[in-house]
Amino acid sequence: MSVEQASAVTPLLVLSGVTKRYGAFRALDGVDFDLRPGEVHVLFGENGAGKSTLINVITGNVAFGEGTYSVQGRPAAGLSPQTLRAAGIAAVFQEFSLLPDLTVEENLFLGREMRHGPFVDRTAMRRRSAKLFAELGFDIPVSTLVGSLSRPEQQMVEIAKALMFDAPILILDEPTASLTDTDADRLFAVVARLKARGVGIIYVSHRMREIRLLADRITVLRNGRRIATIAASGVTEAALVEMMAGRPSGELYPAIRHTPAAERLRIENLATPDGLVRTVSLSVHAGEIVGLAGLVGCGKSEIGRAVFGLLPIAAGSITVDGQVVAAPHPRAMLRRGVCYLPADRGTEGLALNRPVRENVTMAALDTSTLGGGGLLRLRAEKGVAARLLERLSVRPPSPEPPVLNLSGGNRQKVMLTRGLVRPTDVFLFDEPTVGIDVGAKAEVYALMRDLTEAGAAVLLVSSDLPEILHLSHRIYVMHQGVIVRELAGAERTEEAILSCFFGSALLQDATTAGEAVA
Amino acid sequence: MTAPTRAMRGHGGWALPLRILQDGGLLIVLIVLLAMITGHVQPRFYSRLNMLNMLREAAYLAIVSLGQMLVMIAGGFDLSVGVVSALASVVAASLMAMLYAGGGDVTVTMILWPVLAALAAGAAVGLANGFCVSVLDLSPFMTTLAMTSVVAGGTLYYTQGIPIYGLPERFGEIFGRGSFLHVPASVMVALVFLALICLVQRTTPLGRHIYAVGSKARIAALSGVRPVPILMLVYGAAGLLAACMGLLVTARIGSGQASIGASLVIESISAAVIGGVPLRGGSGRAERVVLAAIFLTVVSNSMNLLRIDSKLQTLVQGSVVIIAIALERAFARRRQS
Repeated sequence: MSVEQASAVTPLLVLSGVTKRYGAFRALDGVDFDLRPGEVHVLFGENGAGKSTLINVITGNVAFGEGTYSVQGRPAAGLSPQTLRAAGIAAVFQEFSLLPDLTVEENLFLGREMRHGPFVDRTAMRRRSAKLFAELGFDIPVSTLVGSLSRPEQQMVEIAKALMFDAPILILDEPTASLTDTDADRLFAVVARLKARGVGIIYVSHRMREIRLLADRITVLRNGRRIATIAASGVTEAALVEMMAGRPSGELYPAIRHTPAAERLRIENLATPDGLVRTVSLSVHAGEIVGLAGLVGCGKSEIGRAVFGLLPIAAGSITVDGQVVAAPHPRAMLRRGVCYLPADRGTEGLALNRPVRENVTMAALDTSTLGGGGLLRLRAEKGVAARLLERLSVRPPSPEPPVLNLSGGNRQKVMLTRGLVRPTDVFLFDEPTVGIDVGAKAEVYALMRDLTEAGAAVLLVSSDLPEILHLSHRIYVMHQGVIVRELAGAERTEEAILSCFFGSALLQDATTAGEAVA
Repeated sequence: MTAPTRAMRGHGGWALPLRILQDGGLLIVLIVLLAMITGHVQPRFYSRLNMLNMLREAAYLAIVSLGQMLVMIAGGFDLSVGVVSALASVVAASLMAMLYAGGGDVTVTMILWPVLAALAAGAAVGLANGFCVSVLDLSPFMTTLAMTSVVAGGTLYYTQGIPIYGLPERFGEIFGRGSFLHVPASVMVALVFLALICLVQRTTPLGRHIYAVGSKARIAALSGVRPVPILMLVYGAAGLLAACMGLLVTARIGSGQASIGASLVIESISAAVIGGVPLRGGSGRAERVVLAAIFLTVVSNSMNLLRIDSKLQTLVQGSVVIIAIALERAFARRRQS
């Protein structure tokens, strides 16, 4: 052990040939990775590229099949998260590990309270946390309940918690996702200081500003494989993005013919009682995809929900095929050929513990093909399910296992089949590709192309700007519950959309969002 | 930027009363109001006898409610407290009757061993609950409901519903009618438990870990808090405290009965909820729960003195609980938004 410690270049941790399978799917495929003392090693890749799995392997939250893993020269495969934490691996995840009912101080020391005999030594803990907060420049009273803090504040507490016990290895998973630029700058200063102290930092981010500022090395992951590990100096953004996507970004998006015909859906002066939607008017024609862009919380998701009758309406009207729908209701809307596909698959879209088949046909049991007369036509149901799983290449294509067993992308495809079981030609997609891998994305886009070219009217609500830009024929941009602009033809540019997104206070975030997109 | 965020998080008109309810202030006001009204209509309320009676009743409920509170803070609840107190009563009484049957002088062992055996039986049932909930990962509701059936069946089979008499007089003299420093024994026991639990909640790592497990068990585990021993401990404590209450009641009435504690489940959960323990767990303070137990006792005592029909009393008690839970929900929603 002393020999290993003596050699300064010994990596803090080494993984080689690590493979993690979920069924036939390889979340990690022979990945090599190492972290040296005093470096910031950035993990770069799309959603579903394997970054999270890799981090979970390193922290011991996921067991892997093949490969080796060692921390500071000692084998670490199969160790529990607690043991690895004790061995010096501190992690800040996007999902917070704070307890809302406890105070900041109680959270910082949870599970490792400083003691005075049998009692907690509150004075010592308060002194220590005050010192750390001063060092980090955080200004939060440690006796506050965590549940009453804002998200950026919680993020700061989370980081402080990880730094509390001088861990030599620190993992930061998109730590700036919910920070303002000022707070982010403060974090960067802390990272620089830790680096100088010899701490090795694994940093997950796709914001170029941070990568340029902090990174020493960058490892690019794609589809569970390591594409490259390169020195950060001199690498260009374009090169990184190309490595990440594995293809020029255009190829992901199919070309979709624009043949607008009759107006199918018309919304006039719509407002919701919660004020998230204030006055929105828009129309969707057959044979076109209409994009609805805007920041999270601008009210765009509420529109699809209100049209489908999931949210109450305070004012305005919804017209389907020229008929005003006075009180929208999911059942009535389905019968008019309108289908809403929610963003949150887990809680709204799917019955996770029920078979794939039942999820496919769930919204169409009242049609004459499947039901009628009070009994289900089970053979017809099986046929319908099998055909649709085939059409969307759901893997595995078997209709009987519970949806729970499927990966995120395949779950999404199962949910999308819902729009295909009964005659439907107005589709409201709410964030259709959030959290799914590139392959599944491409298939979802292909489905949208097929639907549109067959004459369906599609409203695409998405926070994914490239998605909106490449797929939509017309784009509405929302800001604070109001449609601020409609863009068509050559006006549909990223700059045009971004300039509508923000009030002036948020311009800085706009540039970073722009970077992520570019 | 952090200061305005906190300052802006304002509350509506409901915030103040709810705040006071959470802090226990409203309970004191209600207790005093109720006492004044009842005392005005029925001066017997203030008699020494009635006061002592109420104190004892409140102590019984408080002891069980403290155990219930610990389980609820850790995110569960215990439906078996009632039958556990009956079990303790039956175990202690039958052992005492057996040891005492020979007659002669009452020795320390004749009382001590049965008491310890009864406490051990209660703790064992609690630990079994804890084992099922933590190690086997069963739902607290089903586990403790089924355990209620198991324990009730066992005690009823053993006693055939017949009270067990023949307890040594000394037992009743010490724990039933006795007092220590002019405080009735049961009240003393309740105070000792209250002090102990307050100390654990405020000053020990264990106390924090109980809150942590109830707040979000998975996250607590990620921080190195092991939920299994914590859950075993709180369920074990709930069993022990329920057994303790069973013993005190047995000493008071002078016989072992399989039927005591029938209303304890709803009363102890009510006391915990009215005392500010949210049903989802994660927070709650012992002193407020004891205050709530006193409140519930005063309500039921007042209704007795005002000669309200016993069936109507059950109705009122149930309504009080529903109102308390509705207020708690409103408070939780407010806190989320």
